Amino acid sequence: MSTEHAMEPTSEEPPAEEAQSQVSGAEIVLEDVVKQYPGQASPAVESLSLTIPAGEIVMFVGPSGCGKTTSLKMINRLIEPTSGTIRIDGEDARGQSENALRRKIGYVIQGGSLFPHLTVAKNIAIVPKLLGWDTRRVQERIDELLDLVGLEPAKYRDRYPRELSGGQQQRVGVARGLAADPPVLLMDEPFGAVDPITRQRLQDELLSIQRELRKTIVCVTHDIDEAIKLGDRILILKEGARIAQYDSPEAVLGAPADEFVEDFVGSGSSLKQLSLVRVSEVELHRPVTATVGEKVGDVRRRAEAAGERSVVVLDSRGRPVSWPWLRQLKGDSVVEPADELITIDQRATLNDALDTMLSSSHGGAVVTGDRDQYLGVVVFDAVTDHIRSLEEQADE
Amino acid sequence: MSDTVANVDPAPDAADAPGAPKKSGRRLDGETVLMLVVPPVLVLLTFAGYVVWRQTADLTGAELEQLAWPLVVDLIQRHVSLTLVSSALVVLIAVPLGIGLTRGPLRRISPLVVGVANAGQGAPSIGLIVLLAIWLGYGFWTAVISLTLYGILPVLRNTVTGLQGVDPTLVEAGRGLGMSSAAVLLRVELPLALPVIMAGVRTALVLVVGTATLATFINGGGLGAIIQTGISLFLPSLIVAGAVLVALLALLIEWLGRVLELVARPKGV
Repeated sequence: MSTEHAMEPTSEEPPAEEAQSQVSGAEIVLEDVVKQYPGQASPAVESLSLTIPAGEIVMFVGPSGCGKTTSLKMINRLIEPTSGTIRIDGEDARGQSENALRRKIGYVIQGGSLFPHLTVAKNIAIVPKLLGWDTRRVQERIDELLDLVGLEPAKYRDRYPRELSGGQQQRVGVARGLAADPPVLLMDEPFGAVDPITRQRLQDELLSIQRELRKTIVCVTHDIDEAIKLGDRILILKEGARIAQYDSPEAVLGAPADEFVEDFVGSGSSLKQLSLVRVSEVELHRPVTATVGEKVGDVRRRAEAAGERSVVVLDSRGRPVSWPWLRQLKGDSVVEPADELITIDQRATLNDALDTMLSSSHGGAVVTGDRDQYLGVVVFDAVTDHIRSLEEQADE
Repeated sequence: MSDTVANVDPAPDAADAPGAPKKSGRRLDGETVLMLVVPPVLVLLTFAGYVVWRQTADLTGAELEQLAWPLVVDLIQRHVSLTLVSSALVVLIAVPLGIGLTRGPLRRISPLVVGVANAGQGAPSIGLIVLLAIWLGYGFWTAVISLTLYGILPVLRNTVTGLQGVDPTLVEAGRGLGMSSAAVLLRVELPLALPVIMAGVRTALVLVVGTATLATFINGGGLGAIIQTGISLFLPSLIVAGAVLVALLALLIEWLGRVLELVARPKGV
């Protein structure tokens, strides 16, 4: 399956791909949900009514203390609502034991919150074991999930969390949340604890996983850019979890409901439009490529014939490993460098792409598809051309 | 699918790949190794010295009687059983009590209970032993009870501290995944608190093995008998011999505590 994805041309439209996978998520309906903590004058959540469609990513954003995390935790009853009903796939969340309910709802927390005394495999196996799966099925599921989140099972299965980087821990956290294949995934500031480059990567991966799985994902974030990038819909909350706007990212940016939303989305929202455009929508440049192990002379001849001053080097599996200038090619054959090349996923936003391009000496960024397969290079000119064409469309 | 899987390397994180990945989850640094090796060697050497002295020294009748090997072995056995029985009781009482004090409504009174236990620790041990003997009578079990009372505090305090020290987000993660609160306690909280609890157990062991010397005053037995005889007959050789034996036993028990602590430490922490 993955190989097929990798072979797909870049020009393919996302909707066509989405049609391949079926929605496995469940609809969540909140009706007049109230949370009043004893001893507090005003309720944390005043009266929230909301429908989260099956198979969509809905982002809860708002200033701190607005009740977004409380609202999220009421869905899996980590916090019990004072009144109101929450239905998941038509079933009242209070109609079952909280433990049974939670085993059907994946839960992913900032930093992964892995249990430090359990190996990666045992962390992932928690919910399947609670559900009484047999050992073989659990083992298979662990490997499948590690593969899904981009960690080689044989290498990472038996490691302890402290032997992983922050980004890897977060990946395992996502795998643990998905372990029992729950229809709903709740994420509480999932990418808050990692550095910007890793965060961007994890976001891209989540989108790619979601394209395959089509869960219903509810994600809390304080970062409006993350909300715009990941969300099918964005729920912007004011204090007391009052809905300021619940709409698509385009509508939130293009037609903010009121001043609060406008302020929250922030200035430079035309710049934020860049977060709505994926790299896959921009025309990619295809420079000359070389494969690790090839003769330097051949590569040089090919590049010079094409009038290029640099080449993209791929490994034997078609993944980009470096992007050297021709003068940097030394020795007999092309070797794999020690430093890792920073690439961007085709689902990254133009915002992400510009970030990466600014730190590259080429003024561009190497774009990869599924499983890190090389697709091409995105350059400044292509981005500015795209912005210009968008503006022209808007003017018409 | 399968060959794809085999071909896929992990996407390493650009910015935060870990250093040399360690295979083992347990770390044994130089200091730990030293702490594990030196005490038993020291104890063995000193004991060998004691044996040489015992076999070669010119001893009087009373001394020979008190330091006769069968009697000494019996006293050591008694001392060890006093220590181990009391420590086992300490763990059986203090750990559940500590767990109880970190849960539900009892959480509020935990500072109070730890405070009372703290104050109790300040009471002189000889007083506790004698008072209990007046109330419950002389003998082994009275000694065990007073030693148990004496050893509870460090284990109780460390159980409470250890459990309170477990990252609350991990507890919430466990609950959020659908583990019952009992499962979270057994599989997350206790394993993570175990190093701290075991440190408390080691402290209790050392405390109890030392205090057990006083058990002889209420007919509880133990190596204190040699020292007591030495004092009443004014035989410094007996006092020193008894003290050396108690010290060696204490060192050995403390070493045992360290080994236990190391074995109990969960991997990966």
